[in-house]
Amino acid sequence: MAKLKKLEDFRAEIDQCVKCGACRAHCPAFGAEKHEGRVARGKVALADALLKGDVDLEEKFLLDMSQCLLCGSCCAQCPNKVHTEEIVAATRREIAKRKGLSTFGKGVGTILKHQGVMNTLAKAGGAFSKLLFKKIPDQSGLRLRFPAPFIAADRTLPPIAAKPFRERHPEVIPGVAGQPRVLFFTGCGINYMYPDSGEALLKALKFLGVTVLIPQDQVCCGLPAVSAGAADTVESLAADNLAMLRRCEYDYIVTACASCHSGLTQIYPGMGAEFDEFKAKVKDIFVFLVEQGLPEKLAELPKADQPIKVTYHDPCHLRNHGITKEPRAILKALPQVDYVEMENAASCCGLGGTYSVYHYDTSKKIGAKKAASIADSGADLVATDCPGCIMQLQDSINHGGGKQRSVHILDLLADALP
Amino acid sequence: MLDNSTLATLQQLCGKENVLTDKADLICYSYDATQRQFLPDVVVHPATVEEISQIMKLANEKAIPVFPRGAGTGFTGGSVPVSGGIVLGLTRFDKILEIDEDNLVATIEPGVVTEEFQKTVEKVGLFYPPDPASLKVSTMGGNVAECAGGPRCVKYGVTKDYILGLEIVTPTGDILRTGGPTMKGVVGYDLTKLICGSEGTLAIITKIIVKLLPKPAAKKTMLVMFSSIDGAAQAVSDIIRGKIIPTTLEFLDARTLECVRNATDLDVPEAAQAVLLIEVDGDPEFLDKQTGRISDIVQPLGVVETRIAETPAESEALWQIRRSVSASLRRVNPKKYNEDICVPRSKVHDMIRKIDQISEKYNIPIVNFGHAGDGNIHVNIMIDDKIPGEEKKAEEAIADVFKGALELGGTMSGEHGVGIMKAPFINLELKDTVVDYMKTIKRALDPNNILNPGKIFPSDK
Repeated sequence: MAKLKKLEDFRAEIDQCVKCGACRAHCPAFGAEKHEGRVARGKVALADALLKGDVDLEEKFLLDMSQCLLCGSCCAQCPNKVHTEEIVAATRREIAKRKGLSTFGKGVGTILKHQGVMNTLAKAGGAFSKLLFKKIPDQSGLRLRFPAPFIAADRTLPPIAAKPFRERHPEVIPGVAGQPRVLFFTGCGINYMYPDSGEALLKALKFLGVTVLIPQDQVCCGLPAVSAGAADTVESLAADNLAMLRRCEYDYIVTACASCHSGLTQIYPGMGAEFDEFKAKVKDIFVFLVEQGLPEKLAELPKADQPIKVTYHDPCHLRNHGITKEPRAILKALPQVDYVEMENAASCCGLGGTYSVYHYDTSKKIGAKKAASIADSGADLVATDCPGCIMQLQDSINHGGGKQRSVHILDLLADALP
Repeated sequence: MLDNSTLATLQQLCGKENVLTDKADLICYSYDATQRQFLPDVVVHPATVEEISQIMKLANEKAIPVFPRGAGTGFTGGSVPVSGGIVLGLTRFDKILEIDEDNLVATIEPGVVTEEFQKTVEKVGLFYPPDPASLKVSTMGGNVAECAGGPRCVKYGVTKDYILGLEIVTPTGDILRTGGPTMKGVVGYDLTKLICGSEGTLAIITKIIVKLLPKPAAKKTMLVMFSSIDGAAQAVSDIIRGKIIPTTLEFLDARTLECVRNATDLDVPEAAQAVLLIEVDGDPEFLDKQTGRISDIVQPLGVVETRIAETPAESEALWQIRRSVSASLRRVNPKKYNEDICVPRSKVHDMIRKIDQISEKYNIPIVNFGHAGDGNIHVNIMIDDKIPGEEKKAEEAIADVFKGALELGGTMSGEHGVGIMKAPFINLELKDTVVDYMKTIKRALDPNNILNPGKIFPSDK
């Protein structure tokens, strides 16, 4: 089974950090907390100290390492391109190895592994957790994102789908001969929380005559487990997905979730060369739609009389891969949309895998900045390309008393298509 | 180690959550951009000037060194706690207190990030010119303490030219004000200028009164590629002699361009052996005339290509070559010594010659770029520190570079300061009598040598 890298494998990368501090301008956690332990430079210094045996796994060390959204904003602006998000994830795995998962994940590992604990929690938890525990498999990243006892009472959460997206469809939905055949990697967010966005994707692909493959044996990409430091979970999920990807036949793999895209194109290939051939086939849905000429086709549709003002939020895991133009191109081409760009569109929303569960206050501070940018843009809707961001954006807007709604671009696209 | 009663007093003064003693916290405040690490005994984040005053009094009483810290982005170790003690973090002093549009003056706290301050004043049509490369993260307190420069200083001057007054805490804990919000003021010694650039050794800055300018209406960027460094250096002299002071006049030498070519896909023709990046600002109509005159002036000097940006996007594309340098250099060798000598403008090309000879003598790649308009050259000595003996060679090469700059009437630091990195070399530049004069001031103001000891003067460790 392909293995994630160990902290000691990052020695050279750690040495590349020259402590210039450029990351201080871009780290969302540092922006909210202003403590050097929050920022990439500090975390690299701590990882370095851990490797050298200069620091123990003391409480402050664990706190600093937990205070990272793994958004990669630091690396994107780092003159030496130090992947602090990978160093932090590896440090969390090291912590889990030395002290057990529960130390870092405040019980996440325990919850996942013990059916008895889970049942108790399910009974004690609210409606959301009951549904979660009933319908969502143990291995889904959603469980890591919403360990029931730690979910804040004032948090806005989407309802859990009555019937998960993948269960509603056959494995193959045939298109038109001569058009590509794509595998839809749905991710947990669309499968369990936002199935309508999945339906919207199918509508768009049907419009283009594309054959869609929805393998039932696909599983969580594992990104929330990366965030939690749960190496075994990530490795076993990757192995299951690898088997699924090998079994199927397709031209491309499409994702409509920035986290899944990052899991397939960054996390998995970092684990071994066997993922490389699949990495080349992964396309964010909007990259695929632009390549298929959808904006030109949308331009032919009659324009709406009273368009809705819409702005775009860049999910970190797309921005880091340079995918910024295509989602905007689709939005701008929609006949019912009056597109406006907001300030700081590329700054993190504050969700960060499991981050917002354990640091909800900081997460809310980061989200509040985003909500202010959305309000300043004058948009009625903020559209994006990641279920996690959609959830966090709506929560941030609600906390600020805003009236805007957060949606998937796919939802708007489906509205526009005949 | 600090005794428990000292820690308890600090906690009482500043609140428990603002007094950090865990190892992980100490590590996070042990370094700056020099990459030298020294662990403090405690990190304190005070919130008021009174708290700082009390801390200084306590530190004097107990003989504990205090190291003021902003963003920790310095290149000479100005903020690192070389002898343990207290790191005094000023990040909580982060308010812009007043922007006075009637008098073109602002009052700010030292923890304000330089770029945030610039953006804020620009929203009301005002302008704070000094632009150190670290401006997105460095704080105004640090900029004042180090007297930061930047590309725009050719035309607009450095940090000290914009500081009208300060509120400070002295090394012995007194709170006092220097200067004030007036454009003129000659009562007594100019203590503001003394503190500015004193590298945190004479006072802790708690408030800054800053002079502002009206924001220039427009700017225009041009990039000129030359077939030789001689042509580029001559161009700098000729532009200035032509009575044109550009906003920025940045140069990149042949080695730097080679790095950029190797590390990026930016379009830098092989024939280009030196580049000048020139920006002019002011009234839009006036800008075309200026770029036109500059083009005429440089034309006979071996110009390979001239690019003039017509839009902000094009301007940004021209800047990309300059901005890519830092990351590109890393490909030459892993370790970089970044020096910042300054020579009279007319001597830039003599200095580059000298550096080339030093590079040959020690067989070490030296890459030069920087602010040609004010003679401030960033000399990057690139070594692989895993090879035995390379570090020693680099140190000898650095001493030669400093000597070379001094021979040409220059200085060993235009922007970065002395700190700990240049302290061993200070006697190359300053006569004993000058060093003694400075030390007399330091001793008088800080009799117990509490505030940022071990900086600037080599023997004070």
